[in-house]
Amino acid sequence: MALILENVGKTFENTGQATLKNINLEIQPGEFLCVVGKSGCGKSTLLNLIAGLEAPTEGRILLNGKEVKGPGSERTVMFQEHALFPWLNVIQNIKFGMKINGVPKEEQEIRAEKYLKMMQLEQYKDYAIHQLSGGMRQRVALARAFTMDSDILLMDEPFSALDKQTSNHLRKELQDIWMQTHKTIFFITHSVEEAVYLGDKVVVMSGENGGIRNIVPINLERPRHVYDEEFIAYRHKILEEIQGGDY
Amino acid sequence: MKKIRKSNIAGEILFLLGIIILWQIFYVAGVDGLGIWKAYAMPSPVGVWNSFVEMMKQGTLLAAIGNSILRGAIGYILSLIIGAVIGILINHFSFLHRNLRPLIMGIQTLPSICWVPFSILWFGLTQTAIIFVVIMGSAFSMAIAVDNAILNVPPIYKKAALTMGANQKQIYWKVIFPASLPELISGMKQGWSFAWRALMSGEVMTTSIGLGQTLMTGRNLADINQVMLVMVVIVVVGILIDQVVFYNVEKRVLKKRGL
Repeated sequence: MALILENVGKTFENTGQATLKNINLEIQPGEFLCVVGKSGCGKSTLLNLIAGLEAPTEGRILLNGKEVKGPGSERTVMFQEHALFPWLNVIQNIKFGMKINGVPKEEQEIRAEKYLKMMQLEQYKDYAIHQLSGGMRQRVALARAFTMDSDILLMDEPFSALDKQTSNHLRKELQDIWMQTHKTIFFITHSVEEAVYLGDKVVVMSGENGGIRNIVPINLERPRHVYDEEFIAYRHKILEEIQGGDY
Repeated sequence: MKKIRKSNIAGEILFLLGIIILWQIFYVAGVDGLGIWKAYAMPSPVGVWNSFVEMMKQGTLLAAIGNSILRGAIGYILSLIIGAVIGILINHFSFLHRNLRPLIMGIQTLPSICWVPFSILWFGLTQTAIIFVVIMGSAFSMAIAVDNAILNVPPIYKKAALTMGANQKQIYWKVIFPASLPELISGMKQGWSFAWRALMSGEVMTTSIGLGQTLMTGRNLADINQVMLVMVVIVVVGILIDQVVFYNVEKRVLKKRGL
């Protein structure tokens, strides 16, 4: 059982140009897949298609054999902006998704506690969202996404609006949580370093023809370190793929 | 910045007292001293106070205030409901948004007193006639406010809720409604001020006991002090409701969001 994209294409009516063409991709359960590419290569569109926020104009997307039609809780999205609700406090935000899906109260408590602890948010659970820093907000958003217990988590450049130090810190935390939970994650980023740091595979999108240029498996032990020679080699390889050889 | 906005109740009361004293001095000088104005055409603070004491003794003032507030509240609550329904409909259906919304905005520019003849022909000189005027005066502003409030909800909230599995009903009740609450409250506040004005337009035209009718009685009796008293009461009641009801609700909602 997996997420499968079959010949997926997307053409927006107003532009008439294909943003995405012939996308074939398979994500196995427990896999951490990162997507990189120049801005405008259609990586966010790809995420929106999988999320069901937009419909493909060609091909189809299957999750566990069922075609994706519209958004659903089995494909929770974590956005670049935190998308937390300012009228709810931290713990209420974390429980929001579970609540609307009718998760029993005790189960809500258990899951919320688990991720509050993992994200070191326990002492902040009664805080209002406006009282938190950008990094803290994204932590809460991470916790909320994980408590959903989705088949796949879709992350749309979740750390790119943060300062470098905070974003490095958060990606380390995400790596830690992933090592404990092995959730299936589809992660979009413009940072090659982030992709190599987090992914089992890195999908390199090509800007010109709306397709996938290459898929690079990252055979590095976790936890990973950005200064390892092998890590740097991967970075260079992927950067070259993105630049199309003229790097 | 904070210092400028801080209210100073003692100072405000002193300022108001100063104006009242000045007013009394002008009255004494102009009416009694120089004889520029006729006594029946010029109210004075002392005269208004005497009027107040007299009407409190008779119980007519409290009855008028009570009746007006009750009538205003009924009309206002009905226009909230009607306005909310129209607002949600014009927001939901793009056909209505394109065609009905401009029409409603047009009708909204009509002063509520213009509905009085219509209302009397339909309902006679009754309570219903006044409430009808109140509804026509404030329901449309409510509808536009509801539509705007929903339009201004950041799309990312809806997207986030959708990808957490929310259905349409949950999107409305758990996302759109709380997200638009601050704007809804300021719309309700504005709706109240429209309702209160419309209420007075309706009341001066009919004979049901109320502040508007008491104002007209004052005119008929050529009692300028009673007219002035009622005008002051209308202002005070309007401000009190704004401050007591809306101010507190608004403050609580905004504070929670750090606004």
